[in-house]
Amino acid sequence: MTATQDAAAQNNPVFERIEQEIASHPVVLFMKGTPIFPQCGFSAMVVQVLSHMGVQFKSVDVLTEPAIRDGIKQYSNWPTIPQLYVNTEFVGGCDIVREMYEAGELEQMFTDKGIELQPQ
Amino acid sequence: MSIARTIEDKLAARLATSRLVVIDESRHHAGHAGARAGGESHFRVEIVSREFAGLDRLARQRLIHDILAEELAGGVHALSLETVTPDEAGPDS
Repeated sequence: MTATQDAAAQNNPVFERIEQEIASHPVVLFMKGTPIFPQCGFSAMVVQVLSHMGVQFKSVDVLTEPAIRDGIKQYSNWPTIPQLYVNTEFVGGCDIVREMYEAGELEQMFTDKGIELQPQ
Repeated sequence: MSIARTIEDKLAARLATSRLVVIDESRHHAGHAGARAGGESHFRVEIVSREFAGLDRLARQRLIHDILAEELAGGVHALSLETVTPDEAGPDS
């Protein structure tokens, strides 16, 4: 994170809310819609991967919270939704989650980070 | 100039690529949030570049996001990226 972003983080109340979310849950997905009714194919894909792997996650619907929709893009310095956080660390968006899943890296990462997997 | 062409030109100007494909996938998303009348909102970009060597997945995508910051701030609603090195792409690419 750059000095500019650090400064912005201190002044942006949305960042506080985001930090609270990612600190309170090991796995957090900022997405469009809900896991049951995703409103975007990219969000739906990440939900599908996480569900398939049996990862419990907290979802935040950015469509119902416009401030977070903009805020998370700034916070992560990432222009698109969905965004996956694990143990407060930004993992990536749909492409990265898919690539990591296909390469077996996602399972390894969850295991390394102590996240329990309960495949369906 | 089409947005797909602008994306292609900007990437070609900033990166040494051995493969660069920009696909306008907007029609697959017609009618849903973020899709614009006339398309040009959803793109898939496949890039093979030796410049990705030594960069992790996040860094590779951030490099592309930076080059296309203007487009992402404008009408480009979704950008699906495949960013690989010639070695990772294999001999068939």
